[in-house]
Amino acid sequence: MLDDFFVRAMVAGIGFALVTGPLGAFVVWRRMAYFGDTMAHSALLGVAISLLLNINMMVGVVAAALLVSGALLVLEKRGVFSSDALLGILSHSTLALGLVLVGFMSWVRIDLMALLFGDILAVSKGDIALIYGFGALILVGIAWAWRPLIAATVNVELAQAEGMHPQRARILLMVFLAVLIAVAMKIVGILLITALLIIPAAAARRLSASPEQMVVIASLIGVISVIGGLNLSLAYDTPSGPSIVVAALIVFLLSLSPIAVIWRKKRKAS
Amino acid sequence: MANKDLLVSLKNVGVERDGKWLVRGVDFNVRRGEIVTLIGPNGSGKSTSVKCALGVLDPTEGTVKRADNLVVSYVPQKFNLDWTLPLSVKRLMNLTAKHAHADIEVALSQVGIAHLADAEVGQLSGGELQRAQLARAMLRKPDLLVLDEPVQGVDFQGEVALYELIQHMRDHHGCGVLLISHDLHVVMAATDTVICLNGHVCCRGAPQSVAASDEYKRLFGARASDALAIYDHKHDHTHLPDGRVQHADGTICDDCEHSDGDHAHSHKEHDHA
Repeated sequence: MLDDFFVRAMVAGIGFALVTGPLGAFVVWRRMAYFGDTMAHSALLGVAISLLLNINMMVGVVAAALLVSGALLVLEKRGVFSSDALLGILSHSTLALGLVLVGFMSWVRIDLMALLFGDILAVSKGDIALIYGFGALILVGIAWAWRPLIAATVNVELAQAEGMHPQRARILLMVFLAVLIAVAMKIVGILLITALLIIPAAAARRLSASPEQMVVIASLIGVISVIGGLNLSLAYDTPSGPSIVVAALIVFLLSLSPIAVIWRKKRKAS
Repeated sequence: MANKDLLVSLKNVGVERDGKWLVRGVDFNVRRGEIVTLIGPNGSGKSTSVKCALGVLDPTEGTVKRADNLVVSYVPQKFNLDWTLPLSVKRLMNLTAKHAHADIEVALSQVGIAHLADAEVGQLSGGELQRAQLARAMLRKPDLLVLDEPVQGVDFQGEVALYELIQHMRDHHGCGVLLISHDLHVVMAATDTVICLNGHVCCRGAPQSVAASDEYKRLFGARASDALAIYDHKHDHTHLPDGRVQHADGTICDDCEHSDGDHAHSHKEHDHA
């Protein structure tokens, strides 16, 4: 079954979507959209560095993403520029640095388009194993730290005063984000990863009455987007990564329509 | 009082940020069953001192001691809940620890918002949110209850009701209460010690009951007079607009406590009998 490239793409995409649901919900709740984007952009720098040093690409990407988020924390504490400006600087300069470094290395040939926009139709069985392995690890981690994560999201000081260690929660989310970016680069590419974190979670908001419901619904919407987007790309020969994002956008727009409100009221009544 | 009743103790606590002392020389204890109210103008270091007591902030100087295995309930001043996080009042109750359904129902009806159990936290009014927070605090059965301006943005009747609930919690659970109040003159009647802060401890003492005075009773109403009390400040110095301090004898110095040994702590021994 996994010998068919379309089936492989579907399986990989669904595994990815299951993880982006919960992680994306935290990105939306904690207003980390731009932060996630910055981490994703730094992935290109990670790729360039791992090519330069001849190390595993995943390790390089995770390291670059964590380095950038660490740098952001330090610079934020200095408090000279707003975190918005800092994110803008880090996000685009890491992307540019990555591109320049790759340009310097005339001896390597990399498919830049696949890195930026993903090439889900080219995923291997090994990629699928990676996505499901690390995906399961992330999901188990989120479930294990669920209460502290939610408490820290609602109010950091309250969480700390009542012994919930919000700093640990923050670091955990950063590590999960970095790992997800590294394993998911191939699926939608570094420019579109945050779209699949944010759009399904945002679409789930109006359909959910609790944080627990929201992460499950966000995952489902992600899965629907992957299935819809891949079929769209198959039918109309459109690029697969962007097609998945377009499918997610359509679900988001539907969630804003009156249909969603009626659906939620019906569920509440039952 | 026995030492085992000591819940949290601050000794000479100071916090410095970017070369500026937010607060300095803060000493106070909170014991089991005691209500301590911190008052002071904006930026006087009330929240900073409380955050030190909670362990949310590490003091630059001085020591903070908390009892072992201290269970704390904290009611922050602002919630800043993002709209995108769907959180019902019922779910809020389980934020930092899981409680039984029945207990949650009891707590919510005790604070008078049982009908709001399924409401979204973001849609509560100021008073309703404070009641919900009190219910959550209550459910934890804390040793120490800490509230940052619990009555801000709440109308007069609501303020009286909230103070009655806090007092009920103290009487019922025997917890210590550390409270920040924005009002410089009117405090919760059950307060044992009022501490007036303005970058340092300006004065401290017990509030005066307003229930004893007919005039106040007329002004506040009978029920409010039982819940509220007047705090009479005994300052031996004035804070000038430029941040310097003028003492009763007319001398002016940059920093009240630390540059003038004669005045340091002398105003703390006032008796407010």
